[in-house]
Amino acid sequence: MNPQWIKHGWGVLAWFFGLVFFAPVAWMFLTSLHSESDAATNPPSIAAPLTLDGYAEFFDAGAWPPLINSFSASIGSTIIVLLLAIPAAYALSIKPVEKWTDVLFFFLSTKMMPVVAALLPIYLIAQFSGMLDNISFLTLLYCSMNLPIAVWLMRSFLAEVPKEILEAASIDGAGLVTTLRRVVAPIAMPGIAATALICFIFSWNELLFARVLTGVVAGTAPVYLTGFVTSQGLFLAKVCAAAVVVSLPVLIAGFAAQDKLVQGLSLGAVK
Amino acid sequence: MAVIERERPVVDRPPPAPRRNYPKWARRAPLLPALIFLIIVTQLPFVATLVISFMKWNSLDPANRGFAGFDNYVNVFTDPDLRSSVVNTIVLTASVVLISLALGLGLALLLDKKFKGRGFVRTMLIAPFLVVPVAAALIWKHVLYNPEYGLFNGILNWLGFDAQPDWISTMPMSAVVLSLVWQWTPFMMLILLAGLQSKPIEPVEAATIDGASSFQIFRYLTFPHLRQYLELGGLLGSIYIVQNFDAVFTITSGGLGTANLPYMIYQTFYQAHEYGEASAAGVIVVAGSILIATFALRTVSSLFKEEKR
Repeated sequence: MNPQWIKHGWGVLAWFFGLVFFAPVAWMFLTSLHSESDAATNPPSIAAPLTLDGYAEFFDAGAWPPLINSFSASIGSTIIVLLLAIPAAYALSIKPVEKWTDVLFFFLSTKMMPVVAALLPIYLIAQFSGMLDNISFLTLLYCSMNLPIAVWLMRSFLAEVPKEILEAASIDGAGLVTTLRRVVAPIAMPGIAATALICFIFSWNELLFARVLTGVVAGTAPVYLTGFVTSQGLFLAKVCAAAVVVSLPVLIAGFAAQDKLVQGLSLGAVK
Repeated sequence: MAVIERERPVVDRPPPAPRRNYPKWARRAPLLPALIFLIIVTQLPFVATLVISFMKWNSLDPANRGFAGFDNYVNVFTDPDLRSSVVNTIVLTASVVLISLALGLGLALLLDKKFKGRGFVRTMLIAPFLVVPVAAALIWKHVLYNPEYGLFNGILNWLGFDAQPDWISTMPMSAVVLSLVWQWTPFMMLILLAGLQSKPIEPVEAATIDGASSFQIFRYLTFPHLRQYLELGGLLGSIYIVQNFDAVFTITSGGLGTANLPYMIYQTFYQAHEYGEASAAGVIVVAGSILIATFALRTVSSLFKEEKR
């Protein structure tokens, strides 16, 4: 057989699978742009005229508050996580404490515990302290959810700061603040951005805690989406528009940081 | 639960910090806020769960609260619904992890070859993982599986088949598994692709010169190198999918014999208000997770050692 032919064969196969996996996403986009009656035909009407009605209906049906809640919980928790994780990662890499690997693995082990087991006590705490349906409480929970990942990631990035440069800076008389600002920060910046992206995505996607702890006031976008679970009738364009809008921040963030995605998801184990 | 056995990384101590001797507290100070926060928010609730699991407590009957001994555990183990949810959790996790690992491996091997538009294909393949899980489950439930106007039956109709199956009611578990495989295959692919691309090229070149077939190269060079990435993908996938709530909640609402442990616990406490039983089930989930987590930590730890080398 001709090797050139085989080579093309692999490419064709890869394209085929790529398209198969992408098809539901493409169909979601296309359906979101159809009218409700065109969205619910069998066989499907691919070439139906496009309209933004689905999106208009989604936003008219009170989609803004949940989206804003999601943004504040995700962005708020990401900022707090970074503020806690960066100093911790510093103490685990640049100026390491004793037994720093044990501490690092303790952080990781908390991530492996199923959240569902802590759900009830957390619910009770929220109930007794009057924090049910409060977005700040959810934000704090998301911090604890993402902190271990952030510490692991930030440690692996800070560990890349060469020891020699730090020594040189210290010999030249640079203080702690100068060293952090002029030496560590420039090297760690891409890592901080990647960590922030991963934390943002995980908080944005979270459903179980949000579903149990929030209601009409602090409900997040995924909680809003659960309103469609038992929907019937003509709502396909609307549900697709909702899915597109809610997924858009993650799609953008994920595509922008494809390489960092693996690193974050494997908790820094894969470079 | 904090004490999890693992291999100790051997080469883990960095050289002692240069000259200037920092006092211990100054080194520890930056670590403490994160550590204390995490202990309070993640460890204390587990202690509470443990305590509540030995209590008789239904929130609709608050006067009747008290010590229950092992009753809740006995109830959990004898309740056929909860037992089947344990089985469902295992079936769901194992099938999603194994199928998406196999597909992910195939796709990673394909993407490791050079062809036109590789970056674009990679981007298309990642997309399913970046759809918000609830949104993805909704799309599968309503837009793909729906028996009347779903895309699957639409395609069947188009191709001229008469069959218009009701996918979710005839094969509920497979329906959930398929939607999760679609979301998790990209994850496995990304990890395995990273593994493939970190593979040293020289041994492969040497083997090619020595006349090794591509199957031999895969069997004796690529696969052993990939093994730890396969383990990592499998274990991380297990940890995430054991906890899956979104797909079960959305696609079948726990009905049709698909309720897994997280859904069952959610229901026991949120709808049936049986706090004691929900906690006992929670403790059992933790015990199961510690098993998986021990292996996972070991794998991460071995990759960690390699990186340090």
